[in-house]
Amino acid sequence: MKIHEYQAKQLMAARGIAVPVGRVATTPDEAAAAVRPVVEAGGHPVVVIKSQIHAGGRGKGRFKEHPDLPGVNVVTDGVEGGIAAAEARVRQLAEQMLGSTLVTVQTGPEGKQVNRVYVEQGIDIARELYLSVVLDRASGRNVVMASTEGGMEIEEVAARAPEKILRETIDPATSLADFQARRLAYGLGLDGEAFGNGVAFLEALAAAAESLDTDLVEINPLVVTAQGSVMALDGKMSFDNNALFRHPDVVGMRDLSEENAAEVEAGKYGLSFIKLDGSVGCLVNGAGLAMATMDTIKQVGGEPANFLDVGGGATEENVTAAFTIITSDPNVKGIFVNIFGGIMKCDTIANGVIAAVKQVGLEVPLVVRLEGTNVDLGKRILSASGLNLIAADDMKDGARKIVELAR
Amino acid sequence: MSILVDDTTKVLVQGLGSAGRFHTDKAIAYGTNVVAAVHPKRGGESERFEGATDHSGVPGRDDRYALDLPIFRTVREAVRATGANASVIFVPPPGAADAILEAADAGLELVVAITEGIPIMDMVTVKRVLQGSPTRLVGPNCPGVITPHACKIGIMPGYIHEGGRIGVVSRSGTLTYEAVKQLTDNGLGQTSAVGIGGDPVNGTNFVDVLELYNDDPATEGVIMIGEIGGSAEEEAAAWIEANMSKPVAAFIAGTTAPPGKRMGHAGAIISGGRGTAKDKIAALEAAGVVVAQTPSDMGAAMLSAMARAGNR
Repeated sequence: MKIHEYQAKQLMAARGIAVPVGRVATTPDEAAAAVRPVVEAGGHPVVVIKSQIHAGGRGKGRFKEHPDLPGVNVVTDGVEGGIAAAEARVRQLAEQMLGSTLVTVQTGPEGKQVNRVYVEQGIDIARELYLSVVLDRASGRNVVMASTEGGMEIEEVAARAPEKILRETIDPATSLADFQARRLAYGLGLDGEAFGNGVAFLEALAAAAESLDTDLVEINPLVVTAQGSVMALDGKMSFDNNALFRHPDVVGMRDLSEENAAEVEAGKYGLSFIKLDGSVGCLVNGAGLAMATMDTIKQVGGEPANFLDVGGGATEENVTAAFTIITSDPNVKGIFVNIFGGIMKCDTIANGVIAAVKQVGLEVPLVVRLEGTNVDLGKRILSASGLNLIAADDMKDGARKIVELAR
Repeated sequence: MSILVDDTTKVLVQGLGSAGRFHTDKAIAYGTNVVAAVHPKRGGESERFEGATDHSGVPGRDDRYALDLPIFRTVREAVRATGANASVIFVPPPGAADAILEAADAGLELVVAITEGIPIMDMVTVKRVLQGSPTRLVGPNCPGVITPHACKIGIMPGYIHEGGRIGVVSRSGTLTYEAVKQLTDNGLGQTSAVGIGGDPVNGTNFVDVLELYNDDPATEGVIMIGEIGGSAEEEAAAWIEANMSKPVAAFIAGTTAPPGKRMGHAGAIISGGRGTAKDKIAALEAAGVVVAQTPSDMGAAMLSAMARAGNR
């Protein structure tokens, strides 16, 4: 699960991690009203207004409706004109940004609508660094990654100058040790006030990653100010979905408007669904088989319209929901049901498919391949139903048939 | 011969909820020697299992079974009383890591965690605690381990398996069943089949299982089934190139998976351009593995890998 930058910064601030002062706004009035408290708390007349969407690259991104307007804007009007001038400019920017569509390298060409802006204190930046905490699957532990190349994508640094990436693996028995935090701070070239602040920042961030069950925390850039403060200028956090049951506060931060509506709907039924651009809808049990079904469709010349794993414990109701979600995509020109029953019984699938067709109708070809637990019963139920479907011998045969029919 | 489990394996069950009960019944019907269950609030009770055994059971075995499975409060008590040496875990996610730790603490040789949805940080801690311990953890989020006609620990449909010559190891449940069925249909059969699970942090990886199959005299070849995410397949490829004396066939799921999306399994995600199916396939092919283009070709890929090895 992902959250917005302003939410990540709230969680960080509550855990002693230094972040700039800021306020979130959903209207131009709120944005303007945020200026005074931010300027007063920050002690500096410059503010920044930042689009809040679940995608990076906002500073370089532009709005569809305002092709010259970046997703992040620095407002310096307050330096000469005082707070009133800053408020006026922030209001004007918020009017343009809110409700408009921001396109960045990460949103795709369709962009994302900006529903919130974050008004934040301007920071006197001396240095920009990079910091993240992410799971290292090879060691089975979290690792802190840091680099002096702040503002640059870490993948780019890894490709161009891998020696510039510092890494410290976190032992869960100790969390990030003092010596590791110091080693990172030395590697980042922190000294004076910034050294102590950097060590404290690193240790607090590593602890937060563990206690919040994040699967990624990325601070890019992490900034060092002229006064030696170390703070998160940007903040990205996403969470391990499996651990959300113990973080109701984080669940409360979920913004459904940032997620694909069909994927959200599927989640309500325990379905794992991902929308794709092709024309062959897939209904499969098991994540591996669901991926392999997409691959096989592509292999025989088609394009999958979705990834869909109904899971092992699916009921007829879940299968019906899955079918409904697939058929609601206008791109879908054919459906391939591919089941290898283990825990999932083929008769459950058969009954679910029949119930779904009765409920939502069937206007595209349907190929069904059943194998595994109760396969004969499942096949009997389907053939007795009189449904207009094509049976397949194995998954490759089924993929060929549906790709042919969906042309 | 086989790996990890055989007809001497004594299984205890942790988590007797509806899934645990259902699959324990199936395991007993298959002929698995299930000796105990553990439940903190039901110590001293027993759970009744009865029904018809699978036809795939050992010839001569009774067609029906009736068993009052004793329930203990702790794993240690269950092990003392029954001599159990393996555990299967169906405990729901919030308590699953604790169940694994309890099984390891009691000294069990093998712990198979079926549970899907265990928090990653819990598994980070479990993996740390198990380092240097004699307990082998398989899973979590896996279908389990089976040796045909001898022992079924997990949730796989027993009847598709047939004893034979090939070892199977996989990150995916249903793709394991695809491979197993093809090996049964083409007459090669299986020595054992091991699901290592779809989570990013797990107990046993491809290399561990490949090593066991390489040392198992009955195993003549291995099918390994990987998927996008992480680098376990690349590590396996390197190990195969350096150590494997038997032919290996593979399938990697997720060639068409979009980057940055988690494809059902917690561990199936391409992040920062890493963990792609293309890279994994290239690494395996460079190590001499025959990689099937679709799951339907896995059995054929195994035959071709064996033919290639025979012609060397």
